[in-house]
Amino acid sequence: MTRLQPTPSATVGPYLAIGLTWEGGEFVVPPGTPGAVWLRGTVFDGNGDPVSDAMVETWQADPDGRFDHPDDPRGSARYPGFTGFGRAQTVPDGDYAICTLKPGRVPDGEGGLQAPHVDVSVFARGLLDRVVTRVYFADEAEANAEDVVLQGLPEDRRQTLIATPTDDGYRLDLYLQGDRETVFFAV
Amino acid sequence: MTGTTSGGRLDLPRYARTDAALRTPLSYSDYRSTGLRAPLRTPVDLPHRLTEVTRPLLGEDRVRPEDADLTRRLGGEAVGQRIIVHGRVLDGDGRPVPHTLVEVWQANAAGRYRHVVDNWPAPLDPHFDGLGRVMTDDQGRYEFLTIRPGAYPWRNHDNAWRPAHIHFSLFGRAFTQRLVTQMYFPDDPLFFQDPIFTSIPEAARPLAISRFDYERTVDHWALAYEWDIVLRGSDQTPFETEDDGDVA
Ligand SMILES: [Fe+3]
Repeated sequence: MTRLQPTPSATVGPYLAIGLTWEGGEFVVPPGTPGAVWLRGTVFDGNGDPVSDAMVETWQADPDGRFDHPDDPRGSARYPGFTGFGRAQTVPDGDYAICTLKPGRVPDGEGGLQAPHVDVSVFARGLLDRVVTRVYFADEAEANAEDVVLQGLPEDRRQTLIATPTDDGYRLDLYLQGDRETVFFAV
Repeated sequence: MTGTTSGGRLDLPRYARTDAALRTPLSYSDYRSTGLRAPLRTPVDLPHRLTEVTRPLLGEDRVRPEDADLTRRLGGEAVGQRIIVHGRVLDGDGRPVPHTLVEVWQANAAGRYRHVVDNWPAPLDPHFDGLGRVMTDDQGRYEFLTIRPGAYPWRNHDNAWRPAHIHFSLFGRAFTQRLVTQMYFPDDPLFFQDPIFTSIPEAARPLAISRFDYERTVDHWALAYEWDIVLRGSDQTPFETEDDGDVA
């Protein structure tokens, strides 16, 4: 079979807003959806300064742990208006905000369950490729304790992935660099 | 429908990880902005599970036919050299990726973006906004009509100029395949001093450069460039049981 070399990545640059802005991109579910929560945070650089020209994309299962996608053999459709996908820019203060439903536990495909999580990509000027991380939830201690990916990390680094409850949802700050550098994943 | 949310083996597609020698590195000191932004710790391998092998179903409702024509916006015709940009979106196995969203953005013919942060003294074009969106067809083909973008200066180093380029964003069919990149034009004299271009490992640089396509030019209308985009393919690490067969 033909093997083709993948096209190399490049930075989104400072003008990503031209091409990648969607009206309502931050709404994974329509505003006012019962049970919707805001996932918020700030993206920081190695100096601890907010990164005010980044884009954060999220991808996640629905509250039943399912994906509306042909490669999820279980299918999904019980949450009308739920896309699983969010896109938020950090203009002007480094903050992102995504309105979504908390995901359910997702099978790991080998007989076990993963803890509820959201896959996150961060794009920005100065990032020659996206960086990928996961958001887990502090109020899922039991599920988190069973999650192979999370438990595979040293304890002090695990905390960089765990969002804490707030008045209207959850919060997780992302540190591109430094002592508190977020765990980033190679996919 | 199988419908179980606990237990059970799932037969999921597997995606190859790209050879580090062919990937654009995150840290590249010649590109100054990487200094405080590129993570410094080694990334942790994430197993490809359901979240990683799926992706959002985007497109049809976000794309209008006129989004494929960047030359007629804001009530008039953009200035510059009209070009057709076309190609295929493939995966590493050579299979077309059909019905996937392709987003593009670019500077105008004078090398200026319609963006508040871009204020170098080149003219804005009242009829060019620099945004395009298309869906690939069932053969993985995409095509749009635009204006050849100009080179533009930036502050990375003394007298720094970006070679002409078009930004591309693709989703493919899985989270693992997500790609944001830039398409360049053949023989650009600015490549040598552009760290965003030279950060690409030498062996992968030709893949970022489009091909002038005389066949697709349109007389008295437009020049043409062809650029195929390759997303990552399946993981074909052979299973042990296949070792007894012959190898081609
Ligand atoms: Fe650019």
